[in-house]
Amino acid sequence: MRIAALVVAIVVLAVLPKLATPYYVTLVLPAFAYGIALLGFNLLFGYTGLLSFGHALFVAIGAYGAAVASSKLGIRSFELILLLSGAAAVAAAIPVALLSVRYVRIFFGILTLAFGMLFHSFLFKFYDLTGGDTGIRVLRPSLFGNAFADMDKTAFVIGPFYYYCLALLVVLGLAMWRIVHSPFGLHLAAIRENPRKAEYLGVRVRFFRLVAFLISAFYCAVGGVILAVNVGQADPELAYWTHSGELVFMTVLGGFTSFLGPLVGAFAFIFLKSELMGATQYWRFWLGAILALIVVLFPHGLVGVGRLAWDKVRRK
Amino acid sequence: MTAFADVLIGGVFHAAVLFLVAAGLQLVFGVQKIVNLACGSFYALGAYFGISAVTWAIAKGVPPGAFLPVLLVSGLVLGLIGPAIEALLRTIYHRDEAFQLLLTFALVLMFQDVLRFFWGANPQQLGDLVMSYGKLSAGAVVVPTYNVLVILASIAIAAGIGSFLKHTRFGRILRATAENREMSQALGVNVRWMYASVFTLGTVLGTVGGALVVPTAAASLDMPVELVVEAFAVVVIGGLGSMRGALAGALVVGLMRALAIRYYAELEMLAIYLVVIAILIARPAGLFGKPVE
Repeated sequence: MRIAALVVAIVVLAVLPKLATPYYVTLVLPAFAYGIALLGFNLLFGYTGLLSFGHALFVAIGAYGAAVASSKLGIRSFELILLLSGAAAVAAAIPVALLSVRYVRIFFGILTLAFGMLFHSFLFKFYDLTGGDTGIRVLRPSLFGNAFADMDKTAFVIGPFYYYCLALLVVLGLAMWRIVHSPFGLHLAAIRENPRKAEYLGVRVRFFRLVAFLISAFYCAVGGVILAVNVGQADPELAYWTHSGELVFMTVLGGFTSFLGPLVGAFAFIFLKSELMGATQYWRFWLGAILALIVVLFPHGLVGVGRLAWDKVRRK
Repeated sequence: MTAFADVLIGGVFHAAVLFLVAAGLQLVFGVQKIVNLACGSFYALGAYFGISAVTWAIAKGVPPGAFLPVLLVSGLVLGLIGPAIEALLRTIYHRDEAFQLLLTFALVLMFQDVLRFFWGANPQQLGDLVMSYGKLSAGAVVVPTYNVLVILASIAIAAGIGSFLKHTRFGRILRATAENREMSQALGVNVRWMYASVFTLGTVLGTVGGALVVPTAAASLDMPVELVVEAFAVVVIGGLGSMRGALAGALVVGLMRALAIRYYAELEMLAIYLVVIAILIARPAGLFGKPVE
């Protein structure tokens, strides 16, 4: 059932560029980017039980990695950019994670928030290095060595780049599925449910939290690279704490207690935001109201609502 | 010497305002265990509403010199939104901290547009009313009298809260509830009422802080999200839930910002976050907080 639905979803996404207007197709790309980032984020939040309010930091590292690699170092291969940005994010995540995983709950959240804001003020204030508030341009990368020089930007983004990112989402999604269902994933769940008991049973709690943190940083960086290539720019707002808040928002909107929840959340959030922005200048208010509603009434998110409805239908 | 005094006074002024907001954050965290991201929104609301209140009062014939009391009253009146918001938060007291944090984040988003709806996207200012209070000078050091008044008002409020928590019956019950909610409830404390009043008090501290700062700085839509990270820094440095910590933290953050702005502007916020991280590593409970698990 679930697999059939997934295959249908992938097929729909695959034929979408042929059916929908380019505007909607360019909307799907950020959803791919956030989908990948949130898969990683939810390994830490949903599966390990650590709520980070600073993961926009790693999205920003991914985006600036793409910007620096393409604009300053002249690297155009998308594969190489992904690897470099991912490696940069993991390298930055090591000290951050080493310090943060000593804490749980609200202290973990505040510490990650502080690290995110540290990076934001670095990006914002050190104009010569980072371009300040305008950021750095991201040049069009080549995919598998093919530069697609004959296409204009939109054609590239909704054409080859779209399929590349869809494939990336599927591959990284499968990898994450393996991770959460491996013994490693079960360890994380044990840590979430009862860290003290897990420790008593011989689980190296901090080490596992650390590894989950690093994996999540890598996924967020990949998401950041896609976002930056799509926009053509990396700017400091990517690292701001409200952006971290949006990551949490999307995850909870879709449902952090299920594997696919964050993906559903990413798509729902992007379309909701774009529709609201088109309809009213007060879209933040309605986004906030929807978030409040989800938090108060539907803590399992859209996937949870769907499950409840499905159960009702089946029982009839 | 003059430079030193300028930094000192500028820093203490900023600290005085930060303390008010952070004290609200601490009260609410201490009793309800909720970290309220919307404290910055209350602050911004206080600032915008203060501008409108003063403009309105002056149009009604109140002498411009009386704007300080008008600001204080407008901040207190805004506290009325406290019980309504507490009623919303009440639905999630028993839930995971992640949800509590997210619900206050939802409030941040909503308030952002409430401010935009009533006051527009452009920053608002109160003109040069501050100057109607004149300046104080000691040697080469010149300070607007208003800034000194705000510092004094903040000290008075700090002392007031301190003795209120220590010596009144309500204060004792409040501290008992913060210490052990179930036990206080078992002993007959009306916890629901206690929560509503504490949250309202926390809200008032934020709105008054915003109202007091607005004659010296413009109110803008960035205010809420920018202030909240500073207030966070204050409570982390001082220790979550501790009033004395809020005071110490506000002084550290206020003075560091003033120093950084004067000598190396690039470091302004960076320096504060570095201190926060250093404190969390060396003393996770903050300067005055209780040890964390």
